[in-house]
Amino acid sequence: MNFTNGKQLLEICSEKHIPISQAMFLRETDYLEQDPVEVTCKMEHAYDIMKQAIHRALTEDLISTGGMIGGESKQMNALRKAGKNICGPLVSKAITYAVGVLEVNASMGLIVAAPTAGSSGVIPGVLCAAQEEYNMEDAVIIQALYTAAAVGYLITRNATTAGAEGGCQAEVGSASAMAAAAMTQLMGGTPSQCLDAASFALINILGLVCDPVGGLVEIPCQNRNAIGASNALVSAEIALSGIQSVVPIDEAIEVMYRVGRSLPVTLRETSQGGTAMAPSACHACQTRWKKPKS
Amino acid sequence: MNDISMFDIIGPNMIGPSSSHTAGALRIAHLAGKLAPAKILSVTFTLYGSFAWTYRGHGTDRALVGGILGFLPDDERIRDSFQYADAAGLKYEFIENTTEKDIHPNTVDILLHCENNRTIELRGESIGGGNAVIRRLNGIDIALSGAYSTLIVHHKDKKGVLAYITTVCSGIDLNIAFMKVYRKAKGDSAYAIIEVDSDINPSIISVLECHDAIINATIVPAI
Repeated sequence: MNFTNGKQLLEICSEKHIPISQAMFLRETDYLEQDPVEVTCKMEHAYDIMKQAIHRALTEDLISTGGMIGGESKQMNALRKAGKNICGPLVSKAITYAVGVLEVNASMGLIVAAPTAGSSGVIPGVLCAAQEEYNMEDAVIIQALYTAAAVGYLITRNATTAGAEGGCQAEVGSASAMAAAAMTQLMGGTPSQCLDAASFALINILGLVCDPVGGLVEIPCQNRNAIGASNALVSAEIALSGIQSVVPIDEAIEVMYRVGRSLPVTLRETSQGGTAMAPSACHACQTRWKKPKS
Repeated sequence: MNDISMFDIIGPNMIGPSSSHTAGALRIAHLAGKLAPAKILSVTFTLYGSFAWTYRGHGTDRALVGGILGFLPDDERIRDSFQYADAAGLKYEFIENTTEKDIHPNTVDILLHCENNRTIELRGESIGGGNAVIRRLNGIDIALSGAYSTLIVHHKDKKGVLAYITTVCSGIDLNIAFMKVYRKAKGDSAYAIIEVDSDINPSIISVLECHDAIINATIVPAI
């Protein structure tokens, strides 16, 4: 059993009366001939790494190798714990965690590229926050990760998740679409609502450029992961209310790809445009904005 | 190429910050380490393009040294790989080449000095998502990804050698997934690169090396 676009995926879900997660699991075990127990174990391991990364960010003193980020998730967590957060419990937690994973990534810690290292905070941010806020079992989150993987697979197969090819919309945008679908399934959405949520998420940040300061995965990547996490929750909420996307996921992916390829090369991971060329950003990069504690 | 697995999407599990600059770089060096003909004493890395400009901030240097030491992309020791190299007596140096433009942006040349005055040089490209390809080995253009268990046979370009290699493979029930031969020039030095689906029994090496035209054979496990 295989599918290569969202339309086929929805047909399979509807014929077999299964959620997207199960269709993706079947593709892995049936079409790709992977052992079901091994697949489950591997995804559990990936989720453990995600949780560990968040824990590290909130408990350790991290400074990135480029010296521009470190400690932000602790600051945001302090604000949240003091009851001064303005985004509400779920969103505040999700963005704090997303930012934290990027600190671990930038300080050479262990993360899961999902779909890329630069966008590795979005999915753990959304799913770990949801798990805590709604008291969900790990097994339920693992299912949501299969759904996220299904959307990521559709984007990788039919477009790209590389910033150098499609800008940040292809990295954080894809992660956000994946998380939106996963979150929609977690909250009881139908397969078609999941893919609509993914479509909303992609289109909401269409055109986002990739402009890393100093060529490093630090600024503005860290905050963009927070935006990706919040956008996923916003998109899931829109879809869960029953609002349907006029543009189906397959078209949204195609649109994202076309926009990505029409971005000037200076705005595709080359650090020759956008934020990377802001004078203060160049200065921060050259002077190590954050000094390690001695 | 393999069809996309869900663990290509939720994965790889890796030490950050960049799949191409950290995990991909490590992969090139890991393959280099496996190709070394004897214990490695020192290594010189020449970095090109984006590697040359951003290698410190991306930890590319530590990933490369970690790869030579045999670390995998998710090994927490990568961050401290310089200390592990010092403890293992491995010397390393980095050369930045920012003048060569006509080259893949994430390219590294690796020169290994091994025991008994043996050396090996190769060029690797980090092609995205933590994947990498060895493009050149001792002056011969090749393509080696490390995605499969691989048998690399260094031989003289001579009639009958390939027939011998495939016969030996079938003799130990080894199913060949992909096989390609690369040579410097007609009758000169050549590499047969054979990718298989299963692990390769090391006993194949001595049998292959019996042949007059085969210089040596190396097994590189899939990573």
